[in-house]
Amino acid sequence: MAKAELMDFDKAIEKFEVVIGLEVHVELNTKTKMFCGCANVFGNEPNTNVCPVCLGLPGALPVVNGKAVESSIAIGLALNCSIAKDGRFARKNYFYPDLSKNFQTSQYDEPIAYEGELDVPVASGKVFTVGIERAHMEEDAGKLTHVGGAGRIQGAEYSLVDFNRAGVPLVEIVTKPIFGAEAEAPELASAYVRQIREIVRAMDVSDARMERGNVRCDANVSLRPRGQEKLGTRTETKNVNSLRSVENAVRYEIQRQAAILESGGTITQETRHWHEDKKYTSAGRPKSDADDYRYFPEPDLVPVQPTDDEIEKIRALLPENPASRRARLQSDWGMSDNEFRDIVNSDLLDEVDATVSLGASPQASKKWWTGEIARIANVEGKEFTELAVTPSDVAELEKMIESGKLNDRLAREALAGVIAGEGSVSEVMNSRGLEVVSDDGALTAAVDKALAEQPDVLEKIKAGKEQAAGAIIGAVMKEMRGQADAARVRELILERAKA
Amino acid sequence: MNELYRKPASELAQMLRNGEVSSVELTKLFLDRSEKLNPLTNSYLVINRESALEQAANADQMIAAGNTPSALTGVPIAVKDNLTTTDAITTAGSKILENYLPQYDSTVVSKLRAAGMPILGKTNLDEFAMGSSTEFSAFGPSKNPWDLERIPGGSGGGSSSAVSGFLAPIAVGSDTGGSIRFPAAVTGSVGAKPTYGAVSRYGLIALASSLDQVGPVTNDVNDAALLQDIIAGHDPMDSTSLPESLGQMAEFAKNNDVKGLRVGVIKQLASDGFHPGVKARFDESIQLLTDAGAQIVEVDCPSFEYAVSAYYLILPAEASSNLARFDSVRFGKRVLPEGNPTIERVMAATREAGFGPEVKRRIILGTYALSSGYYDAYYGSAQKVRTLIQQDFEKAFAAADVLISPTAPTTAFKFGEKLDDPLAMYLNDIATIPANLAGIPGISVPNGLAENDLPSGLQILAPAMKDGLMYSAAAGIEKLHTDKWGKRMIDFAPELGVN
Repeated sequence: MAKAELMDFDKAIEKFEVVIGLEVHVELNTKTKMFCGCANVFGNEPNTNVCPVCLGLPGALPVVNGKAVESSIAIGLALNCSIAKDGRFARKNYFYPDLSKNFQTSQYDEPIAYEGELDVPVASGKVFTVGIERAHMEEDAGKLTHVGGAGRIQGAEYSLVDFNRAGVPLVEIVTKPIFGAEAEAPELASAYVRQIREIVRAMDVSDARMERGNVRCDANVSLRPRGQEKLGTRTETKNVNSLRSVENAVRYEIQRQAAILESGGTITQETRHWHEDKKYTSAGRPKSDADDYRYFPEPDLVPVQPTDDEIEKIRALLPENPASRRARLQSDWGMSDNEFRDIVNSDLLDEVDATVSLGASPQASKKWWTGEIARIANVEGKEFTELAVTPSDVAELEKMIESGKLNDRLAREALAGVIAGEGSVSEVMNSRGLEVVSDDGALTAAVDKALAEQPDVLEKIKAGKEQAAGAIIGAVMKEMRGQADAARVRELILERAKA
Repeated sequence: MNELYRKPASELAQMLRNGEVSSVELTKLFLDRSEKLNPLTNSYLVINRESALEQAANADQMIAAGNTPSALTGVPIAVKDNLTTTDAITTAGSKILENYLPQYDSTVVSKLRAAGMPILGKTNLDEFAMGSSTEFSAFGPSKNPWDLERIPGGSGGGSSSAVSGFLAPIAVGSDTGGSIRFPAAVTGSVGAKPTYGAVSRYGLIALASSLDQVGPVTNDVNDAALLQDIIAGHDPMDSTSLPESLGQMAEFAKNNDVKGLRVGVIKQLASDGFHPGVKARFDESIQLLTDAGAQIVEVDCPSFEYAVSAYYLILPAEASSNLARFDSVRFGKRVLPEGNPTIERVMAATREAGFGPEVKRRIILGTYALSSGYYDAYYGSAQKVRTLIQQDFEKAFAAADVLISPTAPTTAFKFGEKLDDPLAMYLNDIATIPANLAGIPGISVPNGLAENDLPSGLQILAPAMKDGLMYSAAAGIEKLHTDKWGKRMIDFAPELGVN
């Protein structure tokens, strides 16, 4: 399908008011599934983590995973929601081959958490308060692989179902309609998802890896002509699987819908699919408000009834809200907005924070993570989380530099060794012989040798031109294979020249 | 003296412990009778000779070692074919599960195995337990041993005809609106539906999750109490199973003095619609109770008028969802339609061919009742009626310890008599349905011969969790009857296969 006609973004914003709504699915990282004892793990052989319950065999019954309920409550509390004291599950009925029972056990009119809000800052410094409609618990479906027919269900020769994912606990977080973001709507959408991801990762209730589908976003977009009260027809772009895609998809939908409305057309209410490679959305299935899932209370489960005590216990264990944590850290570290945003935008806040608490200076920690480590990750085409380097490695590296055992060049080499899996910083220093030579005897000998080889330079120094020492430092460093403290070498040169 | 096969299970268990008979001998006796007589009664869908004899040999070893894990160790039992068994195909009376061998034992079956009770076979039922006569079984109806041209009740007609025809000394059934009690009433047996949640539903192929309950089908009240003690108890696999024990039913059944017992007669279930013979036997029992010192009070349950209507909305609604999993994807029958076999068309063709007319009728009814726009009017209103019925019971139990009524309006009717009139068929359950809607325990005990010299039943209802009180009252009434008749009702049952 070809790209649709698009209106220039700025022009679209000028003509129309943008309303967005976001549905984020968070896969919980509980040990077992939502309603059975099967392992909740990613990447195993198909259909190995299955049992009568998640396969929907005749007679099997669900039992709620208490840990998943706690995690859901924690998410609700982190989003400043009220927690339901008596919440029932509901069945959402529809036939689909990845849905073993042909109904999804979910929550309908009694979500575990409701009526919350989240402050989301964007680059301009503006902070949007996003209203949270609800956060509810549900189970994931299995995974279909369509063989033949370009991998789509239509036209496929046959399809394979993997039920390992069937019954994995999910929390679906639904915002209220977000008005007034204007040109910042695409950025706000991705900043919101980023913040949800940060929150669930900080609480360790989800692995929160978007590339694995741990966090998935459906983005609703509608436009209305300025001054019109009635909301426009919305589209729902499904499963946008990276922060960049969220921003791009929302931007694209704004431009696409604007072009249609401008030419007098109407928007079809439908789901759309985002194609990150070619940067466009294509039509999915029509979605009308009359979609009838025949929800009714799940009779096989008893209501979830958390007590005030239990809720308060969970609240007490909540980690600091990421936004206030950011404010605190920036001020503690004395960084400018730009410096701090560098860290946040590179997703390195946790790493830098951990490095600082292990004793390294904030500036040095920032420098290593956003500099050399990010560079290596980029070169190797990996996420920094995939590199074998930890905050304690970086803190050790800094300690070595401060005590003069490593200089900047040697430290880079030691880091490369750590990332190559050669062990800790000190182990790499030992095996690669990387320590700065601090033995004045050896350095003095090297200095004397260099001075003897360049008598003209020696004369200049004697004549008071101290900057000429640079040439000698170079020769000494070369002689010492870089493993010398340049400042000490300079001191020694001046000392010997004047002797 | 009675033939061995006509003895109550409790007596057989005593003989086993005394070494007068072995479990293998007893099991062979019932297997031989079953293989010979099943062509007459069609009580069993599967007779499991090999496996039953193996289990009997195990039971004999337990008994020989003086280690009898239950009061009925060594006594063979018949199991309704909607309880999963790993050693016998489990069809729920449906073509869609023809030849389906489950991968796990239902909790009830596991408990029977642990109790050392050999499983003779799987008994017939209306398809997915939807019916009152077994005429909706995909594998032909079972026959009433009292008159082979008449229905044995339903849905558990296989178990009732097996017990009353002495093809099994004792059996397990399931009761959603009377499927244990009605068959017991029309075959002169005892059938009990415990309090909802007293017995695990794990592995019971669900009809209506909020109504289903497994219970005993036996020749006397003591046997029913003994069997409930074996199959009851909390099951971590069933969220709706009661956490607490309701006590030893067999102990309650020993307390059979009705003196001072406040017995409530439900006004709405003692007047219109009951056949004269059934009504006459009921009035005689009231007199017997009065003579024995019980205190008879009339109680008013005005909402019972709506019970059948509410039941036939709640049941189909839940069933339509519970039966969605029969889609040919993971197990069971698969029918390929002519032309392009898309998943929707395969599911539709399988369900079209696999389900019988009553199942389709109820799926359509339930789907409709849950549809948006109709939910409040149908499912919602039905749930309100359910609450009103619970309130009626609460008031009634303030005035009376137990409540009684005829179990059903008629004695056994002839095959085909009500087949074309679903409403007439549904009204059979008018007296039994309220207990399921309220989750309270109910039992049917024989109440003498009525129309056509066929058995009628007396139903005793007790408050939720007071199953013990129900067994005491049932044992009391049974004793009054046995004293009056000189023997148990079941002893009047004809000898099968004589002519």
